[in-house]
Amino acid sequence: MSLRKYVDKIKPNFMEGGKFHAFRSVFEGFETFLFVPNETRRTGVNIHDAIDSKRIMSLVCIALVPALLFGMYNVGYQNFMASGTEGSWFDMWLYGFLAVLPKIIVSYVTGLGIEFTVAQWKGEEIHEGFLVSGLLIPMIIPVNTPLWILVLATAFAVIFAKEIFGGTGMNIFNPALITRAFLFFSYPTCMTGDDSVWVSQNTICGLGGNVPDTFTAATPLGEVGAGMAPSASVLDCVIGTIPGSIGETSVIAIALGAILLLWTGVASWKTMLSVFVGGALMGELFHATGMSTLTAVDHLVVGGFCFGAVFMATDPVTSARTEGGKYIYGLLIGVVAVLVRVMNPGYPEGMMLAILLMNLFAPLIDYCFVQSNINRRAKRAIK
Amino acid sequence: MANVIKLRKGLNLNLKGKPAEEMTNVKATGQYALVPDDFHGVTPKVVVKEGEKVKAGGALFVDKNHPEVKFVSPVSGTVTAVERGERRKVLSVRVEADAQQEFVEFGKQDLLRMSAKDVLGILCEAGLFAYFVERPYAVTANPDASPKAIFVSAFDSMPLAQDFEFVLKGQEKEFQMGLDALSKIAKTYLGVSAQQKAKALTEAKNVEVNVFDGPNPAGNVGVQINHVNPINKGEIVWTVGAEEVIFIGRLFCNGKVDLTRTVAVGGSEVKAPSYVKLAVGAQLTNVFAGNVNEGKSLRYINGNVLTGAVTTKDGFLAAHATTLTVIPEGDDCHELFGWIAPRFNQFSVSRSYFSWLLGKKKEYTFDARVKGGERHIIMSGEYDKVFPMDIYAGYLVKAVITGDIDRMEALGIYEVAPEDFAVAEFVDSSKVELQRIIRQGLDMLRKENA
Repeated sequence: MSLRKYVDKIKPNFMEGGKFHAFRSVFEGFETFLFVPNETRRTGVNIHDAIDSKRIMSLVCIALVPALLFGMYNVGYQNFMASGTEGSWFDMWLYGFLAVLPKIIVSYVTGLGIEFTVAQWKGEEIHEGFLVSGLLIPMIIPVNTPLWILVLATAFAVIFAKEIFGGTGMNIFNPALITRAFLFFSYPTCMTGDDSVWVSQNTICGLGGNVPDTFTAATPLGEVGAGMAPSASVLDCVIGTIPGSIGETSVIAIALGAILLLWTGVASWKTMLSVFVGGALMGELFHATGMSTLTAVDHLVVGGFCFGAVFMATDPVTSARTEGGKYIYGLLIGVVAVLVRVMNPGYPEGMMLAILLMNLFAPLIDYCFVQSNINRRAKRAIK
Repeated sequence: MANVIKLRKGLNLNLKGKPAEEMTNVKATGQYALVPDDFHGVTPKVVVKEGEKVKAGGALFVDKNHPEVKFVSPVSGTVTAVERGERRKVLSVRVEADAQQEFVEFGKQDLLRMSAKDVLGILCEAGLFAYFVERPYAVTANPDASPKAIFVSAFDSMPLAQDFEFVLKGQEKEFQMGLDALSKIAKTYLGVSAQQKAKALTEAKNVEVNVFDGPNPAGNVGVQINHVNPINKGEIVWTVGAEEVIFIGRLFCNGKVDLTRTVAVGGSEVKAPSYVKLAVGAQLTNVFAGNVNEGKSLRYINGNVLTGAVTTKDGFLAAHATTLTVIPEGDDCHELFGWIAPRFNQFSVSRSYFSWLLGKKKEYTFDARVKGGERHIIMSGEYDKVFPMDIYAGYLVKAVITGDIDRMEALGIYEVAPEDFAVAEFVDSSKVELQRIIRQGLDMLRKENA
């Protein structure tokens, strides 16, 4: 194990008094990334389950991969279609890859840079939470979001939605969604605007084609919001070859991730299922009363509904923590998401607002369940 | 038929090195040590001097706040040392055994004619009351308190734990006598496992027998209390270990204090896991010598892998320990890319590992690594799955961390002991030291309410 020897050799430099002590948190981050920590405790249980937060977070990242890969393909596909360029599916994917990669890098560098600094400053280990957030962020923004805005939004979210609360596990709002909300409210033209944001406009490394300035492509929800019938069929939405944020378009790709998350138990099936139930109920209600042209199924497959339900609502930190609370929390996300979509003409997509709103209410839902346990105990004492 | 209580939450761990149901003779080293820290909540006052002679059953130290509660020597011999640490804290009282054992005679007692006070008096005098644990706070019991009930769990569901049915063989009379004595003090409940068939347990007299059917920690007396007769604010219950009931029985049958346990010795690093007879405080050197795998760093545990304390190969049997376990320390192990590698030999309740595919029969070798960094509590519902009580474990832990006394009370801290959180601490992906936190909360509350 020559690698281990090398790590052991350079380790003292990063410890207290070493010349690179200022990078201790970074070193520890990489050391624990390479090797399972061999630390043992003298107190408490003598054996531990092999699971740790690194593995959980990595699993979520793996679950995101199908949606990410498809999202890259779709970025290329949309550009090739709009510019009338011919190309194989691989060309399209490569185009998308080149368009998305800078966003992933920018998001990770910004977020992890802040995390490393905070960890060093507080003398803690680096928390893995941003591994997921850093991948989520590029997936929930339109492809034409400028990188400098992305830096700003990511930094805002990591600092004000996470670190000031105490880091991963203590935050109230989902940091990735705060990034999106920041973009949405601070730079609205970059998020919806004139509908030119959803399709990458220019050639990248000779791939793809230039899209004329006058070209616009609205998301299905954007079209409905503007009073038109959506041009994409349900099948298109399920496959995902529609304009939209990078990772959110394909129901199939998201479903692959959902299967992994549910199977490994990383995401709660209670939350996920009830989001869909809530959305379907509300969609059906609006459709039946004629307030929306979209059916319940349409609501579930378009926009960020699936992506939000699978990857955002199930975030264990910001969702309800009691088992009963998860049903209510999920149900209300689905209900509010469709409610915002239908009732609010200003915001064609309601998923982000619904989840953030319910993040806020999750502690209240939990409070009711915990309080009923407390009351039961108190009653028992009086009897 | 006794009342059967089914428990669904919990986790049985299948570890390598289960003790075979046979006795191994171990030559005692003659060295004994009684450790005051084993009796949580006691401020010891040593009543012997170095070089003094004691008989088996003679007091070594007493509780400063309740001098009637005595902590007695398991053997007759010479006090060789009173070890003290910082601020003169008593670490242990050492006794070297005589070749010829002499016992303090307590005389045969007629239980039928004794009142609760008489029974308590003789238990305190003989040093057996010291083994009673009181809830709330999970501390050594206070003889002035009036408990609403006494609970005894006749089985230990922890990994590689002592099988009490095996221990009980030949001691049924003493066990029943012990229960009789307890029932004189307060209503006594006996918790029996659904697998236990011994008549001495299922048909025990003068006690209410409840059968528990479920995974670990079903054998924890705290879980049983929660399901049978939960502790409310202001109430007190006492708990006594099953083997300690036999100690009590021996006292009333023979008039002597005999603190000999039948200890299960197990773990993946023990060559021949089996049972040995050891008195409380006995030195363990000969138990391990020649019986453990060599060539790697080992962890010797006084107790089971989840609640036991670390000791050394020359350590002493802890007062409440009924199990001894030896596992690899694992500090020489560096697994590459553990966060993503399949790690087929690792056990996890999470399906991100493959242990769920390998069936329940597979035996695992655990080492003592934490296997991850400590984080804030990230995942929800992890504790609840293995915490078979009507308590929100995660919320209680958070209340303790934030030092919110009212909330701790409201969430039911009076009903728990650190050991009840052991399985939750094992499965925790955030690697939080739950048992230490709960102990801290209990001590905080005890000080506050004193």
